[in-house]
Amino acid sequence: MSMPTTTIAEDTSRPRRGHALLTGLRAVFLRVGVLPFFLVATLIAFSLVSKEFLALQNLTNVARQSVYLILVSLGQMLALVTGGFDLSVGTAIALTSVVSALAMVALSHVLPPDMLWLVIVLGCCAGLAAALVIGSINGLGVAVFGVSPFIMTLGVQSVGAGIALFLTGGVPVSGVPYEFGDILGFGRVFDIPVPVLVAVVAATTIWLVMNRTRLGKHIQAVGGNVKAARLSGVNTTKVLFIAYIMCALLASVAGLLLTARVGSGETNLGGTIALESIAACVIAGVSLHGGIGRVENVVLGGFFIVLLQNGMNIAQIGSYMQMVLLGSLLVLAVILDQFRYRLLVGER
Amino acid sequence: MSNLAAPLVEMSGITKEFPGVKALSGVHLKVERGEVHVLFGENGAGKSTLISILSGVFRPTSGAISIAGREVSFHSVHDAAKAGIGTVFQEFSLVPTLPVFENLYLGRELMRGPLTDRRAMLAGARKLFAELDFDIDVTRPASSLSRAQQQMVEIAKAFLANARVLILDEPTASLTERETERLFGFIGKAAASGVGIIYISHRIQEFQKIADRISILRDGRLIATVSARDTSERELIELMTGRAVDQVYPEIAHRADGPVVMTLEGIRTAGVHGADLEVRAGEVLGCAGLVGSGKSRIWRTAMGLQPLQSGKITLKGRDVTGASTRALLKDGVFFLPSDRKSEGLQMTASARGNIEISLLDRDDVAGPLGFVGLRRSRALTDAIGDKVGIAKGAMDRAVSKLSGGNQQKVLFGKGFADDRDVYIFDEPTVGVDMGTRMALYQLIKAIAEAGKAVVVISSDLPEVMNLSHRLLVFAKGRIAAELSGSAIAEENVLKHFFAETEGSA
Repeated sequence: MSMPTTTIAEDTSRPRRGHALLTGLRAVFLRVGVLPFFLVATLIAFSLVSKEFLALQNLTNVARQSVYLILVSLGQMLALVTGGFDLSVGTAIALTSVVSALAMVALSHVLPPDMLWLVIVLGCCAGLAAALVIGSINGLGVAVFGVSPFIMTLGVQSVGAGIALFLTGGVPVSGVPYEFGDILGFGRVFDIPVPVLVAVVAATTIWLVMNRTRLGKHIQAVGGNVKAARLSGVNTTKVLFIAYIMCALLASVAGLLLTARVGSGETNLGGTIALESIAACVIAGVSLHGGIGRVENVVLGGFFIVLLQNGMNIAQIGSYMQMVLLGSLLVLAVILDQFRYRLLVGER
Repeated sequence: MSNLAAPLVEMSGITKEFPGVKALSGVHLKVERGEVHVLFGENGAGKSTLISILSGVFRPTSGAISIAGREVSFHSVHDAAKAGIGTVFQEFSLVPTLPVFENLYLGRELMRGPLTDRRAMLAGARKLFAELDFDIDVTRPASSLSRAQQQMVEIAKAFLANARVLILDEPTASLTERETERLFGFIGKAAASGVGIIYISHRIQEFQKIADRISILRDGRLIATVSARDTSERELIELMTGRAVDQVYPEIAHRADGPVVMTLEGIRTAGVHGADLEVRAGEVLGCAGLVGSGKSRIWRTAMGLQPLQSGKITLKGRDVTGASTRALLKDGVFFLPSDRKSEGLQMTASARGNIEISLLDRDDVAGPLGFVGLRRSRALTDAIGDKVGIAKGAMDRAVSKLSGGNQQKVLFGKGFADDRDVYIFDEPTVGVDMGTRMALYQLIKAIAEAGKAVVVISSDLPEVMNLSHRLLVFAKGRIAAELSGSAIAEENVLKHFFAETEGSA
């Protein structure tokens, strides 16, 4: 069962032989980056380790699990394409989770039971609003005051995490309505899990924004060359600001879905997601130099990271070693990105 | 064994290819002892590549170099320096925080056991400066020196390495007239002592004072080597461009009574100390001056790219002092920056993508929700590409992969995205070939004759002189002269380049 699939995956990325093969691989590398190579390597490696790995059920599972990372990576991509990044996505998730849960608990005491829907909707809004604040602070720092995205989002990361812990005292917020989890966590529409549906809608929207709207083109322009964008009449401050807000909101959506899944407000939901989302983006060919990034590849990149983690679990690689591998992979991807950028810009 | 009968430097059949570009093909250059040999040509003609090969920065793809009759092959600048080739590049290589004498001995420090011999280096530096007649305190940090003094230190560095050949790349680009005179005095002395001097410049009037022979390069080929005494300025320009002068620069119809479109009054900012000017519809206003004269900064300030200290800017009768770049662009000003790589283009995006960015503010391209009409955008970018002469196949290629000429056309194309009233071109033809240059001049002509106000800021004197109806000469942050009609002549312009304007603030 597993062998034929592997061969197909190999064949599609390896045309002919010798010189033609090299040129082909080079073209793929320039167009989409390292992702196809990493994906093929992962598929081959883990399917050799275990037959379960390529089973349809396992892959569907991976797809469902990767929804959260994909949502965050879409936002991360926006920040990266502007030439920055957002280290505070984990905090946006934690704060969303805590604030929405606290709001729902508080509201369910105030409002009559037949207005449960309102409780859930208002709770979600409170969570999104918390992320909006995070995104606005990031945007203010990066776009208006010109703080480096690294320092700005690192600082906000700490601030947000501190607030989330302060609000809860470090204890999970329980008492969230079951219906919230039933719908956003485990619900299905037309037999498709709600989280998957949300991710599909989000990915489609971001794809439209990046490829079909003025805002998307402006985001790419700001990342490609800020000075040239300004001289083309682009409101660079506004564009940067919006990018960080959208990034925080996408993380917030992931935060709501995760909260619904676990059924309580948790401060540790966003743990390593900043690193994972940056890794997903860079592996998917989003350039750290800004200006370059494709939504469809980022979706695949998020899927790849979760697939890799899944494979490592199946291969019984411990979580400590997984951290080592993931970090190394990120650095390797960045080195290759550097190389690719040089080829793209055509340095002498 | 150095052979006294052989020429000091002989480069023969030098060809240099970069990926996709042939920078030099079969160039011969001979420099004798005691000769001042000028290399003359446009940007991109291959002058810099040729001296980079002689000074060991690049290795030629083919061809041979002999120094005093002996064939050499340089693998580094160090190799060339050992063979007696001293080069003063346009970009200086001094460490600003180190004192002059330490800069002089950087990389070849005099040692006393394991320690550097500070006293010997100081003495050596003083002795050398005395020999060269340079009056500089060698203990001062390099950062405290003027550009001319820094250049002298660079020259001294070359002599410390016993240069037999001294290469000077555009040495007067940022010197005042007095400093230039001193440099020329020094060049004369060095040549008299038997040093061969290769001098790169495109200021004809200037180098004619010192040149013995002139080699003209164009498009990577040596066109001719002529005697400086027997060749006129006009002949040199025609050799450089390969065309009669009036063929290169179009005659632009002048509408003298056009209304004033933009006014700058009392502009003060870093590098500009009070300047007033106005541009009228249907005219080409030229701005000439040395690097640092303020000719470019005044416009960058007007565009909101540099903070304005005081002054007033009026556009179409409205006060726009302090308006943002974005607001000015929307109000009908187009600004073409001088450095297309750092300020003009998204290098990884396609030519089409670059032009499209400037189209997005049009309501017929992006609707109220910001959705971009793809077919509309494609049709418009194609039309602009046609207008500025970008080949169909180049439209969807990354700008970084296009030639300098095509990149500049893309930059011009951004100006045609919308109908503007004022077009400001800062160095419109920097680093482009002659064919593109002529095409770009035609575009400027078309814009001016359509009744727009055009500003051309340029360090290329023939360009700015031949295109302008009115020419402002900038010096030291002020407007030193306004010339028009037949008064626009090289000697007039150059005279004002070094003007000490009265009434300094």
